[in-house]
Amino acid sequence: MSNISEFTLCKIVSGIKKKDFTSEEVTESFIKNSKKSKKLNVYITNCFDEAISSAKKFDKRGDFKGLLSGVPIAVKDLFCTKNVKTTAGSKILHNFIPTYESTVTNNLWSHGAFLLGKLNCDEFAMGSSNETSFFGNVINPYGEKLVPGGSSGGSASALAADLTPATIGTDTGGSIRQPASFTGTVGLKPTYGRCSRWGIVAFASSLDQAGPMTKNVQDCALLLEAISGYDPKDSTSIDTKVENYSSQLTEKVKGLKIGIPKEYRVDNMPNEIDNLWRKGIDYLKDAGAIIKNISLPHTMYALATYYIVAPAEASSNLARYDGVKYGHRAKGNNLTEMYENTRSEGFGDEVKRRILIGTYVLSSGYYDAYYLKAQKVRQLIKSDFNKAFNDVDAILTPSTPTSAFKIGDKKDDPISMYLNDIFTVPANLSGLPAISVPAGYDKNNLPLGLQLIGKAFDEQTILNLSLAIEKRANFKKNFKAWWS
Amino acid sequence: MSIDKKTLKHISKLARISLDEKKIASLSKDLSSIVKFIEKLNKLNTDQTKPLTSIINASLKSRNDEVKDGKIRDQILKNSPEKNEEFFVVPKVIE
Repeated sequence: MSNISEFTLCKIVSGIKKKDFTSEEVTESFIKNSKKSKKLNVYITNCFDEAISSAKKFDKRGDFKGLLSGVPIAVKDLFCTKNVKTTAGSKILHNFIPTYESTVTNNLWSHGAFLLGKLNCDEFAMGSSNETSFFGNVINPYGEKLVPGGSSGGSASALAADLTPATIGTDTGGSIRQPASFTGTVGLKPTYGRCSRWGIVAFASSLDQAGPMTKNVQDCALLLEAISGYDPKDSTSIDTKVENYSSQLTEKVKGLKIGIPKEYRVDNMPNEIDNLWRKGIDYLKDAGAIIKNISLPHTMYALATYYIVAPAEASSNLARYDGVKYGHRAKGNNLTEMYENTRSEGFGDEVKRRILIGTYVLSSGYYDAYYLKAQKVRQLIKSDFNKAFNDVDAILTPSTPTSAFKIGDKKDDPISMYLNDIFTVPANLSGLPAISVPAGYDKNNLPLGLQLIGKAFDEQTILNLSLAIEKRANFKKNFKAWWS
Repeated sequence: MSIDKKTLKHISKLARISLDEKKIASLSKDLSSIVKFIEKLNKLNTDQTKPLTSIINASLKSRNDEVKDGKIRDQILKNSPEKNEEFFVVPKVIE
C-alpha cells in the first residue's frame, strides 16, 4: 500500500469507506513521505503523533458520514487551530497557540478529517514566492532552486509532493491560484463570502478567501463542498445554499459562453503562455463551448488598485500585534517604545513595507488621493466584470505570466514580484470565484495553469469547465521525489 | 511622489515600527518605487465614479443582541507575554 499517498482525495475517501485500506494506513503513508521531505521545508508544525491517534480512533469508530471521513489533511499555517501553534509564517506569532478553531478547519474536522500539520507560507500571506516566511523558503518539487509560488507555497509544495492528500490555502491576490499554477495542482478561490473568514489570520479583509488546493478538479469540488457555508461569526459570509459541487460536477459544457479578455494579453508575455491560452481555447471549443472576445478595459489598473487597498487593510488589521495580548514582545523603556521595538523585531521586511504603504495611503492628507481613488477604480474594475457577465458564463485567462522562477530572482524588487499577480488580482478585487487548473508545461518542463473566472457564487460552472480542460490537457506530473 | 526620509519617519511613527537609519534609506527607495507604481491610477478620470463600499450585493445580517459567550478570561490571557492574575501587563504609563 506504499502508493496510497499518490491517490487522489476522492480515491482515498472511497478506499477508506470500502475498507480497501484503513485511515491509519493512509495517515502513515503521508507521514512517511512527510518525514523525508525536510529539504522542501513545507512544515512549520507537524501533528504526526496526534494524526496517527486520530486515525486509529477513526478506524475503531468507523463513522463514514462526512465527506472526508478518515482523511489526514495538512493546512496553511494561517488557519487558527485549537491548541496547535499558528504562526502565519511570522516571528511575531512564533509562539501563538490559539484557544479556538477557525470555522473552515472546523468544517474539515466535522466532515471526518483530522489535522496532519501546519504548512509554511509567506509572512501574513504577503508574498508570491514563499520567500518572506520567518521559517525559511519553501522549495518547489519541480526543482530545488525554484520557488513554489506564494503565499500558499507550503500548501502547494506539500500537495504536489504527496505529503498531504489535499490542503487548504487562502487567496488575497492570487495566493492559492499562483502556487497551484507553479506546482501543477488545482487551486480555487471561492466567491467572497462563500467560506467563513472567522479564525483565519487576517491580511486584507475585503479580499481574503479560503479555498481548496487539490490534485485534480473532482477533489477540488469535494473539498470546496466541505469547507463552504454561512457562518454567523463572519458577518460577510453569505447565507446561500452550498451546492453539491462534487455530485453535480460534469464535463458537459456544451453551449457555455467563454469570454477571452483582450487586456490579459500583456506586454512581454512569453509565447509559451500565449500558446497555452490558445490551447485552452481549443480544449473548450472541443468541449462545445462558445468562445467570445470580450473587453475588461480597466484591467491595467487592477494591480495598482490592489497595492493600495490590500496594504491599507493590512496596516489596520496588523495593528493588533502590539506585544501585549499574544505573540512576540520586545523590551522598551515605555509603552510606545515597547510597541515600536516589538513590531520592528517581529515583522519581516515585506510586511513592514506593506504596513508602511498602507499607513501612508490612509494618512491625513493622502486618503483621498490614494485610498478613495483606489476604491473608485475598484468599482470600475468590478463593473467591467458585471458587464462582461451579461454576455458570457465564464472567463478564460492564463493563471500567471510566467512559470515558477528561481529563489532570489525577484526578492529585492518588490514591483517585479507584485507583477506575478497580474492575472489573479482582478477576481479578488471583484469578489469573484476563480480557479487555476494545470494545462501544460513550458520549455523547461515547468507546469503552467489556466484560470477560469466565474460569476459570483457560480463555482460549479468554473469547476465543470476546468474538468473539461483537465480531461483534454491530460496533465501528468513529471518529477521524481528527488528530495527524499 | 517619492517617500523621503522625513515622510517615512512620520509614517513609521504612526505605524509604531521603529526603523534605524540604514533601514530608512533602503525603505525610502522601496516605498518610493511602490508609490510611483500605484500613482498610475491618476491617469484615470474617476470624477463620476462612486467608491466601492462592498463587493457583495447583500446587506449584512443583523443578529439579536444577546450574550452567547463570555467567561473566557483565562483563554484570552493565555497567550499574553506578560500577565498578572487577571490583567495584561505593560510598561508603566503613569509616573
